[in-house]
Amino acid sequence: MSVADLKKGEKAVFLGMHGGWGMRRRLEAMGMYPGVVLTKISDHLFGGPVIIRIGRMQLAVGKHMAHRIMVRRIGGME
Amino acid sequence: MKKLLLMGNPNVGKSALFSRLTGVHVVAANYPGSTVEYTSGHLKRDGEYWEVIDVPGTYTLEPTCKAEEVAVKMLDQGDLIVNVLDATNLERNLNLSLQLVKKRIPMIMVLNFWDETAHKGIHINLEQLQQVFNIPILPTTAVSGEGVKHLVDMIPHARTSSFDYSGKDRWNEIGKIISHIQVLEHKHHTFGEILGEASIKPFPGIPLAVVVLFACFLAIWWVGDSIKTWIVDPLFGSLLDPLLTDLSHILGAGSFLHNLLLGGLRNGAIDFEGGFGILTTGLYVPFAIVLPYIITFYIVLSVLEDTGYLPRLGILLDRAMHTVGLHGMGFIPMLLALGCNVPGVMALRTMENEKARFICATLMAIAVPCWGQLAVIIALLSGSGPWGISVYAVSMVLIWLGLGMILKRGVKGESLEIFIEIPPYRFPYPRVLLKKIWMRVVHFLKEALPFVFLGIIIVNLLYLSRVIYILGDIAAPVFTTLFGLPRETVGAVIVGLLRKDVAVGMLLPLGLSFKQLIVASVMLTVYFPCMATFLLLIKELGLKRMLKAVLIMLATFLVTGTGLNALLSLLHW
Repeated sequence: MSVADLKKGEKAVFLGMHGGWGMRRRLEAMGMYPGVVLTKISDHLFGGPVIIRIGRMQLAVGKHMAHRIMVRRIGGME
Repeated sequence: MKKLLLMGNPNVGKSALFSRLTGVHVVAANYPGSTVEYTSGHLKRDGEYWEVIDVPGTYTLEPTCKAEEVAVKMLDQGDLIVNVLDATNLERNLNLSLQLVKKRIPMIMVLNFWDETAHKGIHINLEQLQQVFNIPILPTTAVSGEGVKHLVDMIPHARTSSFDYSGKDRWNEIGKIISHIQVLEHKHHTFGEILGEASIKPFPGIPLAVVVLFACFLAIWWVGDSIKTWIVDPLFGSLLDPLLTDLSHILGAGSFLHNLLLGGLRNGAIDFEGGFGILTTGLYVPFAIVLPYIITFYIVLSVLEDTGYLPRLGILLDRAMHTVGLHGMGFIPMLLALGCNVPGVMALRTMENEKARFICATLMAIAVPCWGQLAVIIALLSGSGPWGISVYAVSMVLIWLGLGMILKRGVKGESLEIFIEIPPYRFPYPRVLLKKIWMRVVHFLKEALPFVFLGIIIVNLLYLSRVIYILGDIAAPVFTTLFGLPRETVGAVIVGLLRKDVAVGMLLPLGLSFKQLIVASVMLTVYFPCMATFLLLIKELGLKRMLKAVLIMLATFLVTGTGLNALLSLLHW
């Protein structure tokens, strides 16, 4: 499943990213590496960005990119 | 001279630290990527000069955008690295530190935003961290200046770190360090954090944004208008007017010098708005019509920047910006351009690809008026009530949208999506804020005044030599037939190449009808950027792309001018 499939407030483990090497490198540089735990904060309507939190950092991620960020849901909500 | 590089992730306070170290003030803001080109200044320590370089923020030494490339290139020339880290986000920041360590350049680490760690429940053991890296590590709060003196004292103690790690798994290595030196106390969300999340969710984020933006425009309008009515106008009326009246008697109306310095009189009195002398309109337009609104615009903009609200607005507007082929962060250069197109163009460097840069530059040059021009347009249209300004605003928004939609489809390349770290809300430091507003206002005056004076001299020469009438005849088919404008507006178009606010000012004495005022204001906004913006665009886009942009500009000029004139005629306005 991808970040786009998560519900608001759900936690998940980041597994990896489909697609561009450049994008993967950017994510990695910002601290999104496989195994890290993230929380989805919100969705936007009509294809706007998805907001996620990793540690103390909040990221806004475009809708299509969110579909390519693969995660595994873990129990626990905020 | 030895070089000291300030390096770190975006938005960790490098520019604030740079200002503290060198006394050179740079415009910093609370969002990633506000420094796009390196800035350098000097620091004197024990009689020895250091060149201090404010390197654009980067997450990694394997660059992913233009600003990051600049950062990596700088590295080869560094004699000393001051690695600036955000103490409230240590784990992510250490990723760059571990890459810097491998470069074997003497280094000092600075943990900035130290004041925020306490109330966020973050406890960092500095001594242990120092043992890990074996280099000086200091806490600072750069905006208030805390710890900066200590940093200067520690410069001779910088050394190459003895820390070594094998292979690729940097994050694993960082995890080990963090678990030793940092303890997170579980704390309830602070008010700032709650507000931070609320303001990026669609609800209540979007209604809140509408209220904030509306309040901003109202504030700019009200405060600007008050400064003009209560301070600037009385100064012109009671101080300058008597002086210039005396001068007018000495020079004698109609003489060359009188025309150049004071321009024409109205009913025998000095005419600040429409006289077109260097000392009348040349001072009145920049100082009375424009400056009050420029000051208030920059106050509002700077507060939005330093609190961290601006990137949140970008996120909320992300979907809307997609209709013109940009993503939410494309909103920031547009907003800067609304102040002055020059900083707007500078901000293009944060954009990730050529397509986004071209679209943003073209849209900004054509459909985003600078605040100076806007102030004069508002003065010009205010005679016709709220209708005039509304029709102008709607026309500009439609041109922006329509042109953006065409460019999105017509320009080759991929439209990228938003991907940005959202900064926490911060309280702006009044001193830093004031300094920034001051710098921007001074920049406006420096940029504007020479061109305003030159523009006015050219206007006078055009009329004196009667060249204006010849040009008017040549351009008449386009201007009178297609746009329905009198031929005198050609003069405004020529002056607009230099400076847009003066150009719009030239429309004041022409006695245009409502329809003509609207068409002329829109045309003057659309047809060409001012000289300063034009030159910078050539530099940023390259000559070939700029030529394309100019062709698009001329096409937009002809199409919208004709269309708007026809439409307003049909509506009998």
